[in-house]
Amino acid sequence: MRAAAFYDVDGTLVGANVIHAYAFYALNDSTLTGKLGRTTKLLASLPMYAVADRLGRKFFNDIFYRNYAGLHEDRLWVLGEELFEKVIQKRLFREMLDLIKRSRSEGYQQVLITGAIEQMVRPLARYLEVDAWFANQLEIENETATGRLCPPVLAGPEKAAFIRRYALENDLDLNACRAYADSGSDIPMLSTVGRPIAVNPDSNLKATANAHDWPIIWAK
Amino acid sequence: MARPKPRISRESNIEFIDDKSGARMVHYGTRFREVVLPRGSRVIYPNAPLEPLGNPKAAIRYALNHPEGADPFFAQLKPGMKLTIAIDDISLPLPPMKSPDLREMILTELLKQCAEYGVDDIHIIIAVCLHRHMTGPEIRKTVGSKIYNEYYPDRLYNHDAEDLDNIVELGETDHGERVRLNRRAAESDLLVYVNINLVPMDGGHKSVTVGLCDYISVSAHHNTHTMHRCHSYMDPRPDKSRLAKICNRMGEIVDKELNVFHIETALNNRMYGGQLAYLGRPETTWSEFDRAKFQGSCALLERLPESARRSFFEKIPSHYELTAIHAGATEPTHDKILDACFKQYAVPVKGQCDVLVSGIPFISPYNVNSILNPLLIQVMALGYLFNMYRGSPLIKKDGVMILFHPCHESFNRTHHPSYVEFYHRILSIGTNSYDIHQYEREFAENPDYIHMYRHGNAYHGVHPFYMWYWGDAGRAWVGKVIVVEPENLRVPKQLGWDSAPDFNTAMDMARSFLGKPHPEVTMSHAPPIMIADVEA
Repeated sequence: MRAAAFYDVDGTLVGANVIHAYAFYALNDSTLTGKLGRTTKLLASLPMYAVADRLGRKFFNDIFYRNYAGLHEDRLWVLGEELFEKVIQKRLFREMLDLIKRSRSEGYQQVLITGAIEQMVRPLARYLEVDAWFANQLEIENETATGRLCPPVLAGPEKAAFIRRYALENDLDLNACRAYADSGSDIPMLSTVGRPIAVNPDSNLKATANAHDWPIIWAK
Repeated sequence: MARPKPRISRESNIEFIDDKSGARMVHYGTRFREVVLPRGSRVIYPNAPLEPLGNPKAAIRYALNHPEGADPFFAQLKPGMKLTIAIDDISLPLPPMKSPDLREMILTELLKQCAEYGVDDIHIIIAVCLHRHMTGPEIRKTVGSKIYNEYYPDRLYNHDAEDLDNIVELGETDHGERVRLNRRAAESDLLVYVNINLVPMDGGHKSVTVGLCDYISVSAHHNTHTMHRCHSYMDPRPDKSRLAKICNRMGEIVDKELNVFHIETALNNRMYGGQLAYLGRPETTWSEFDRAKFQGSCALLERLPESARRSFFEKIPSHYELTAIHAGATEPTHDKILDACFKQYAVPVKGQCDVLVSGIPFISPYNVNSILNPLLIQVMALGYLFNMYRGSPLIKKDGVMILFHPCHESFNRTHHPSYVEFYHRILSIGTNSYDIHQYEREFAENPDYIHMYRHGNAYHGVHPFYMWYWGDAGRAWVGKVIVVEPENLRVPKQLGWDSAPDFNTAMDMARSFLGKPHPEVTMSHAPPIMIADVEA
C-alpha cells in the first residue's frame, strides 16, 4: 500500500504565516488610501489576532480573513505570485526542502495541507513539485473577495478529515503516512497518521510531541 | 558494614570473598549499591593507573618528528597544500577529560607546525560517522577556545555522512565492501587522524574507514553477521575480531589511495580524580574518610532527582593522563598503541565463571551529556561488559549475568529519536537481530531521522540497530541476564531480561537456572576499564 507525507506550510516549510501574507497584500493595495488603511488596521489588530489564535484556529480564521474583503480576485492571484517570489521563497526552510527531496525518493506522495489561501499556496506547490495541495479558498462574489472562507475551512480537525479522505481516495496506508506541522492546532492532523513529526513546534505541540514520543525537527 | 579485608595479594588484581569480607561497591546508574557476594566469589579489579608521560607536549612533538613507517609530519608539509585533520568525537574518552583535552594539545602542535611551513588550507573534521554531531560548546571544550574561535564553523565541523555530494567512493575490497569517505578528507594532500585509544577496539584502520564514512560503508561491518564472529571486539587480532578484519581490508584501500598520517594515543585508567579518586580503587584500600565520603555520596545521590544526579556526573571530568603517543603509518603506529593499551587494561584471569556480577555506570560512548536509555544499558552489558576479554569470555557459555541498574524508560529525544521507535516498535516485534534486520533500511533512510542527524544533534536513524547488533555476541553466549532492583520492570522485560528485587533473589534465580547450588561467581569491578585475559 502507498503512503504520503502531508505538510502544513506556515511555520513548517516557510518562516512566514498568514499575517505576513496579508501584510504583503496590504502593502501592495492598488490605492494609497487602501494601502495605508489596510496596513494600519492590520497593525492595530495584531493583539486581537494573538488572542483569537489562542481561542481556536477557526475563530482566528473567521476574524482574520475579513481583512481580504474588497480585494479583487485577479489582484490576489497576481500578488500571490509576487508574494512567493519576494517573500515566501526567501523564507523557505532549506533543510525542509532536502527532507522533501528524500521523502519523495523514498516513494512518499508529497501533499501540502494548509490553512493559508490558495493564491499564496499555488506558486509554492508548483515550486516544490508536490503531488497534491489543499488550501483555503476565499469566497469570491463579483470577482471580489467577501472576507469569508469557503467551507470546509481547513483548520484544526478539518485537516485531519481531509487527510483521511485523501488517503481513502488514493488507497494510502495512513499508518505509514507522515505528517509535519508546527502548531498545537495541528495536533488532530498529526494524530491521523502513523508517523507524526513536529517541526519547530510551539509550546502546546512540543508538550504533546514529548508526551507521545513524536520526533521533533528544528528546521531553518 | 565491616570494612572489606584483602584476602590475597593485590598483584593479581583478584580478591576472593570469605565470611569476613565486606560488601563491594557497584555502579547503579547514577547511584551506587553495596553488594555482599557469596563466600568464594572472586572480585576482579582493574590495574592501578599507569604512570603518565612526564611531559606530554614534548612527547607529542617527539611522536610527530619520529613517526613509525612515515616521514616526519613537518617533512610532509608544503606551502599551498590541502590538509585535513580528523579527530575523534565526544564518545572518546569517557567521561570527557579535564581540560586541556588531549585533542587540543595535539592540534595545537600540529597547527603550529603548519603555520611554520606555510600551510593554511586546513580543515578540522570531527569524525562522528553516524554518531550525533557535537554542539558548538562541546567542540570548544574539546579543541580549546583558541582553535575553536579561529576555525569554527567553516573549517572546524562535524563529518556529515548523509551529505552525499561530499562523499566519494575510493574503491571496493575483494569481498565487495565499498569504501566511501568524506570528500574533503579524500581529496586532501595529507589526511591526519588524531585518535584517543580508550579501548583496543579503537584506532588503526577503524579510525578513518569508520569515522569518516557513510552508511553504505559502515554497514559492511556493523551487522549481526560480523558481530557474531567477534571473540571479542576488544581483541583486535583479525582471527578474533571480524570487525577488525573487515576494517583492515577497507583500511588498506584507504592507505593505498590516500596519504594518511595517524597520531594515536593511549591513556591510563584514572577515570576518577580529586575527591572521587577512591572510586577507582578497591574498597580494601579505602581510608575511613573515603568510606565516609562514599556513604555520604550514596545518601545524597539517593535524595536527588535523576536529572540532578545526571547533571552532577556530567560535570565531573575524567582525570585520564597520556601514557603513550605514536604517529606515522596506520599499522605500525596502531601496534605500538595497542601494546600500551593492553599494558594498562589487561588483567590475567584463570578460569571462567558461572555468574558474572557487575554494575552499569552512568555513561557509555553514546550518552555523553545525555541519558543512558534502555538500549544503551543493553549495549553496556552485552556489548561492552561481555566483550571486555581476550581468550575466552569471562562468563561460561549459558552462564548468568547479574547487573545493577535502575533501568528507567527514558530517552533523550534530541540525541536518540530513532531509539524511541526502535525500543517501542521493533523490540515489540522481536529481539533476534536476524529477524529485525529487515527494518534497518527503513530507519536508515527515514528522512526525518536523516534530517535530525544532519541538522540537529541526533544519532543516525540506523544507530539503535547497531546498538542491538553490538549486543548480539553477548546475547548468543549468555544464558540469562538478571537486573537487580530495576525501577521500571518493563525495561528488562522489553530487553528480554529477567529482574530481581535484590541481589540474593537474583542469586537464587541464577542457581535455579544453572542447576548449581554453588555456582562460581565473579564480580567485574569496572569501571575503570579493564580487559580480562581469560585462560579457560
